[in-house]
Amino acid sequence: MEQAIHFGSVSKAFGSVHAVEALDFDAPAGAVTVLLGPNGAGKTTTVRLTTGALVADRGDIEVLGLHPKVDGDEVRSRVGIVPPKPAFYDQLTGWENLRFAARIFGADEHAALDAAERFVIADALGQEVGGYSTGMRTRLALARAVIHDPEVLLLDEPTAGLDPESARNVLELIREMAGRGRTIVLCTHLLHEAEGIADHIVLMNKGHAQASGAPADLANRYLADPVVVFDAEDRTRLHDLVERNGVLSVVENGSVHATLEDLDRLPDLVAELVRDGVRLTRVEPIEPTLEELYFEMQRTHREGAE
Amino acid sequence: MNWNHVRIVAGTDLRRLFKSKDYWIPLVIMAGLFFVVIPLLVLTMLGRLEQTGFVAQVTDIVGRLPAQVTDVARGDTPTARAGYIAAVFLLAPIAIIVPVTISAAVGSNVIVGERERGTGEFLAHSPITMRELYVGKLLASLVPGFLATIVGFSAYSLVVNLTVGASIGTWFFPTAGWLVLILWVIPPFIAAALAVILRISARVRSAAAAQQASSLVTLPVIILSYGVSATVVVAPGRTAFFIGAVAWIVAIALAARGASKMKRERLLGVASET
Repeated sequence: MEQAIHFGSVSKAFGSVHAVEALDFDAPAGAVTVLLGPNGAGKTTTVRLTTGALVADRGDIEVLGLHPKVDGDEVRSRVGIVPPKPAFYDQLTGWENLRFAARIFGADEHAALDAAERFVIADALGQEVGGYSTGMRTRLALARAVIHDPEVLLLDEPTAGLDPESARNVLELIREMAGRGRTIVLCTHLLHEAEGIADHIVLMNKGHAQASGAPADLANRYLADPVVVFDAEDRTRLHDLVERNGVLSVVENGSVHATLEDLDRLPDLVAELVRDGVRLTRVEPIEPTLEELYFEMQRTHREGAE
Repeated sequence: MNWNHVRIVAGTDLRRLFKSKDYWIPLVIMAGLFFVVIPLLVLTMLGRLEQTGFVAQVTDIVGRLPAQVTDVARGDTPTARAGYIAAVFLLAPIAIIVPVTISAAVGSNVIVGERERGTGEFLAHSPITMRELYVGKLLASLVPGFLATIVGFSAYSLVVNLTVGASIGTWFFPTAGWLVLILWVIPPFIAAALAVILRISARVRSAAAAQQASSLVTLPVIILSYGVSATVVVAPGRTAFFIGAVAWIVAIALAARGASKMKRERLLGVASET
């Protein structure tokens, strides 16, 4: 898959503080990449390096085939960003702020109005932004970020301080933009936020990328053997499940939870049970949650470091 | 350079400024004091000296002034001549403080203010160049000072003509020297001061620090422009043109230097968040 963003051994320090250290990761084009990590992991610095707002001390950065250090203005005109604490000129109205952004990005006023309508902030555009709530400011920031229809959208903790409905709208925007082939990079420390929308995960800690890849690949790499839930009309017929080939252990807990050596073994196992006359009512592999994956990755790296 | 970007930055800053009453009302009060209230009091007082018997003292004061000043002073009576000299040579230069102070007050905050509010984050990630931003901010700071000069001197002219003009028998202000000063010499002095103040604003960490540091720039500029204004008002010809031309060259050089030194990361609260 083509990479929209590439970081190769990128380092950036502020005095003695190494915000990003030898950071390597790729964000595939047209996919949602989630930079996942605790506060201070280097996510915001990574975003700032991506647009060229900050210049790396070392390493190579490419965005849409361009180098932000050299072609920064071109990169910034094709990237939209929602910073963690969106700020506006409080004395100006929402519309004046949005029009300012539209003019800077060379977008027309219709685009500004469309973006405002998309994020349900159009009705408040006549008010001074100083009177906006956190949710309204974030919606305005989202409208401002997409005003020029960017090819890459960088969202740095975009749901911080939002009510659940507004947060859901943000996640819907991410899905919608990804559906239109846009590249999304979402920085978050909220696992539930990344759950279900991440095509690619970069686990960051202390300025490094500890791991990266598709969620399924990471699950295979970091999580223990897969668990599948079985149930049958006559559950006693499942008691010998543990003796079957490829089944490591069985726990009965309402239904039967079987740990398999490999999920690829499941079709054969089901065929065997059916052949032996077991009338199955449920066969459901348990998808690992991002939370489980995250903490397992953290644990593995912590143990590796020790 | 994309001049449309420059215009947008300057226009937005000016719109914000004019909407911030708590910011510009003190500046208007200061301008009113220097351009209207103080001149009105002083010139009215001078006009009444004749009635209070201080004519001899006024004649003595006028007689001690340099010949370049007394030669051009108009008026048939010592009081009228004293009023003319006060209006043209003594009082008006004080008003230079106003545009320089206003521009400095605006300019010291324009870049560090973006950083403090967090609005610099948007600008840092936008396609605007730092040169465009710097020039836009410079214009946004220059306009209020220059506007204060034009409006203030119009008001001052009215006060002078209504008080001193009556005793001379004609409206005489602004003189040619003052027109040259206002339109040709004062603007580059303000621009030069601002070019330095904006660099300070881009480097310091807080608006308070920027204001402290900018006062170190404005004071010498006020003293210098005060001295220059005396020269220009007395000799508004080639000397005035030359002084203005040199001031413009210095201002443009300082602005070019400031624009080239402006760094994008200064708009961010770097190192505060990672």
